[in-house]
Amino acid sequence: MKVPTSFTNIPISPSVDKVGVEERVARFQSRSIKNESKRQGLDLVLSMIDLTTLEGKDTPGKVKQMCYKAHHLHDSYPNLPTVAAVCVFPSMVKTAKTALLGTSVKVASVSTAFPSGQSTRAVKLADTKFAVDEGADEIDMVISRGKFLAGEYNFVFDEIAAIKEACGKARLKVILETGELCTLDSVRKASDIAIYAGADFIKTSTGKIQPAATMQVTYTMLMAIKDYYDSTGIMIGMKPAGGISTSKLALHNLVMVKEILGNNWLNNDWFRFGASSLANDVLMQIMKLETGVYQSSDYFTID
Amino acid sequence: MAKSTTKKQAPSWDYSPSLESTSHITILPRYELFINNEWVKPTSKKYFKTTNPATEEVLSEIAWANDKDVDLAVKAARKAYQDVWSKTTPKERSKYIYRIARLMQEQARELSVIETLDAGKPIREARDIDVPLACNHFFYYAGWADKLEYAFPNQPMEALGVAGQIIPWNFPLLMAAWKIAPALAAGNTVVLKPAETTSLTALKLAEIIKASGLPPGVVNIVTGHGDTGAAIVNHPDINKIAFTGSTNVGKIIQRAIAGTGKKATLELGGKSANIIFDDAPIDQAVEGIINGIFFNQGHVCCAGSRLFVQENIADLVIRKLKHRMDSLYLGNPLDKNTDIGAINSKEQLTTIEKYIKIGIAEGAEIYQSACELPSKGYFCRPTIFINVAQSSTISQEEIFGPVLSIQTFRTVDEVIQKANNSPYGLAAGVWTDKGSRIFNLTTKLRAGVIWANTYNKFDPTSPFGGYKESGFGREGGLHGLGAYLKMKV
Amino acid sequence: MNRVEILKTYKIYIGGAFPRTESGRYYTPVNKTGEGIGNMCLSSRKDVRNAVTAARKAFGSWSERSAFNRGQIIYRIAEMLEGRKEQFILELQKQGSTKAEAEKEVILAIDRIVYYAGWCDKYNQVLSAVNPVSSSHFNFTTCESMGIVGVLAPQTTSLIGLVSLLIPAICSGNTAVLIASEKLPLCAITFAEVLNSSDVPGGVVNILTGNTEELLPVLASHMDVNALISESLGSLEIETAKAAVDNLKRKFTYNADWSSEKSQGLYYISDCLELKTTWHPIENIGGTTSSY
Repeated sequence: MKVPTSFTNIPISPSVDKVGVEERVARFQSRSIKNESKRQGLDLVLSMIDLTTLEGKDTPGKVKQMCYKAHHLHDSYPNLPTVAAVCVFPSMVKTAKTALLGTSVKVASVSTAFPSGQSTRAVKLADTKFAVDEGADEIDMVISRGKFLAGEYNFVFDEIAAIKEACGKARLKVILETGELCTLDSVRKASDIAIYAGADFIKTSTGKIQPAATMQVTYTMLMAIKDYYDSTGIMIGMKPAGGISTSKLALHNLVMVKEILGNNWLNNDWFRFGASSLANDVLMQIMKLETGVYQSSDYFTID
Repeated sequence: MAKSTTKKQAPSWDYSPSLESTSHITILPRYELFINNEWVKPTSKKYFKTTNPATEEVLSEIAWANDKDVDLAVKAARKAYQDVWSKTTPKERSKYIYRIARLMQEQARELSVIETLDAGKPIREARDIDVPLACNHFFYYAGWADKLEYAFPNQPMEALGVAGQIIPWNFPLLMAAWKIAPALAAGNTVVLKPAETTSLTALKLAEIIKASGLPPGVVNIVTGHGDTGAAIVNHPDINKIAFTGSTNVGKIIQRAIAGTGKKATLELGGKSANIIFDDAPIDQAVEGIINGIFFNQGHVCCAGSRLFVQENIADLVIRKLKHRMDSLYLGNPLDKNTDIGAINSKEQLTTIEKYIKIGIAEGAEIYQSACELPSKGYFCRPTIFINVAQSSTISQEEIFGPVLSIQTFRTVDEVIQKANNSPYGLAAGVWTDKGSRIFNLTTKLRAGVIWANTYNKFDPTSPFGGYKESGFGREGGLHGLGAYLKMKV
Repeated sequence: MNRVEILKTYKIYIGGAFPRTESGRYYTPVNKTGEGIGNMCLSSRKDVRNAVTAARKAFGSWSERSAFNRGQIIYRIAEMLEGRKEQFILELQKQGSTKAEAEKEVILAIDRIVYYAGWCDKYNQVLSAVNPVSSSHFNFTTCESMGIVGVLAPQTTSLIGLVSLLIPAICSGNTAVLIASEKLPLCAITFAEVLNSSDVPGGVVNILTGNTEELLPVLASHMDVNALISESLGSLEIETAKAAVDNLKRKFTYNADWSSEKSQGLYYISDCLELKTTWHPIENIGGTTSSY
């Protein structure tokens, strides 16, 4: 399929009925994940985490500690996977890159005037190029929600396409900030714009706005990925970010990915969790399965 | 970077079995008849076996009531009506029904598991739909018992007397609730016969009714086959027949009571249209199609068994439908992840398979979910037929199984005509984003329940029942009271 | 010189026209004094068939008219009947009523039509409901017309019984095929003339005269008739009830003193209605928080 080069020739997004989505999501949540499938699922979740720190008060010290945790999740229990990536501001990319040298953990950087995206295209491009030059493997950009809500879809499309070009070899995750789009119809439309404009991944949220990665939103985005794959054969990755802090919720996200997109998406090339506190909850669940004893957070390092 | 289509070795992450425990339930080896709050041996001395359709194992044996047993039950109900229930104040009636509702809630887990074992339905549905709705039905009607004068403006009403109630096997406990709760609220006494393949939860309900302290004889439960039902229908001292089942049997009943003055409500068959327009919320519509036809293995009188898809999106809808069908889990109904359980009986499986053969013979294109069938038990893959004609057998006759016939249409008027072109008129579904079109269709479709942008939703407050040969009378809601009352003259 | 009076020819009423019975047969009912009251069409099964066809054809547009408009038309029937009061009084007298009885019956009939004219745009408000379901759906139940109602007019009155059963059935958008009282048929046909001159579209009401035992089974078994209303049918009851089963016709019998003010009401309308329950999702943006 010829990839459209502007918003005007991408397919019309289908409408989304929120109540129907809630019912569908409830079905995913009623899946019961036990025993071996739970153990496997939890390992998968760990390997899909983008360990994240995106604060004004981030320092090299903080970032270095987080990077260490990224590949030493719980050293008292061997054979655990590492997380997929760490996610930091552009200014911390070099620090993270250095700290993770020799590991398989990738460095993702937010860009484009994260989190609001309220800046000029030139600033956003410069922001992106800086992060890429510093060594970022992945770029997490934000879309211009203001422009989207004002109906300037061409602007949003072109901006994503421009950032994609600036990414070079880095994979581009496009953050829709669904909490500001408000309706699932908008989430679907923004997903389609991002995908057709060149996103490698679509991502729900910055983590700065509530609600963030609800299952309803993730479901809607997964359906956009599914439809795109069905008509082009091209896979797009998905990253729910913000609000997924428990193992159960993470497993239900995997259920959703499996049943909508299939097992091909069930690895960290195509699915990520943007989360900071999820890792320890998963670790506690794994240790519970291994030892049969309920765990305390005192025994799991926070960074 | 060019978009990668290379795939990592896909881990085949799948769900381990997650079986609902059966350790907390009690099923007796034998059940007698429930008459006058006592367990009475049948004078017929006959019993029949009830089996688990998923394993073909015998669960229990059940008393088979004959004419004499039914007469005993009707006499008990009449005596209870005259001596006790008609003299019980509405307020007290109300509180008995509330008690039953609460006791059912307390035993909800046990009821769900037994329903799953006896009927073959997935535990997810029994647990999340059948049993809660059954409890809620009692709750809803409990509150009506002392407010009946508000339901019929300017018209004093009174109870009918003894109600004979015959229920089907697709929602055993829920149908018992639909029948018993409004009957009691309106002040009638009851003789209820469950379907022969699914008596157990009704008998559990009998235990609950006894425990609730409801006066003896107010609710009597007689088990048996068709002859037991006929004995109820033909009993001269019954004032009301409430039947849910096939249109065929409904007509037999209606003929049998012709001229007797017995009041009847009939909830019969259907061949309901589910209509998808090109502007529909497409993925939710696909889910609606799935819920419409595969809910409860398609053993649903209002199943959306005729799918009408606007021709310009037919390929898309069918592709999505097939994909969704392949993510349905078929298997052990006790597994919490099972979406499609067992067909209720060997007989019904034979009927469904017959229709699948007819569909193939009629030249429609068949697609079935790619799931393994268990080696034991009665199972049927979710099945759709594409390119079906209005005049095909499978788009006219009720199959009562997981079999969907798909037709395409071009215009609004055409689909309304095709949807209404049926002797049935139970339900219909409409999927479109356009409000004015929804109201056009919901007004013109000749059916008692219209689901717009949803399907197969039920609620105690919502009247249910059909037009034309789908029966008459309503169950549920304010309007459901009318079935159990008459005008005071 | 005495003027030669023009005698009235009584025909039947189908699809807004006054044909003779296709069978060409007639009968002459007699009054109490043994005097023939007129040559009436002895309608046949084919006339029933034609009447049902006409009623079906009229159903769509009649049921889809606004309730207000149906009310206007039914009120118009009362107006036209008022204007032809004398004719009905004479006919009733001819059929055996005293003048006082006849006057009372006609006046009551007019008033009853006005009563039901008023119900047209009200019964649905009284009988409908918004049902507070537990899920996120808007759910409401409304009344719809059933389709074709077969009416066997009460046998012991010529006008008021007919009006008491027919008008509530059509005021809610049903169309009707009515079999007139076999022995007292005159007012039925004159009433058809009233209908025909009062904006009631052709086919909404179709009126046949003839032999009840011949016509009723045809009407009762007709697969395109949705409901059957009558007084208790006595010896015909069981046979008629059985004949009605094949298409699960709704069948109602009423025994009332039609000359009583009490023999009218909402529940004569509601029996010939279907209840339709409609569901639609309610989007609740944000899910957990109120927008207020």
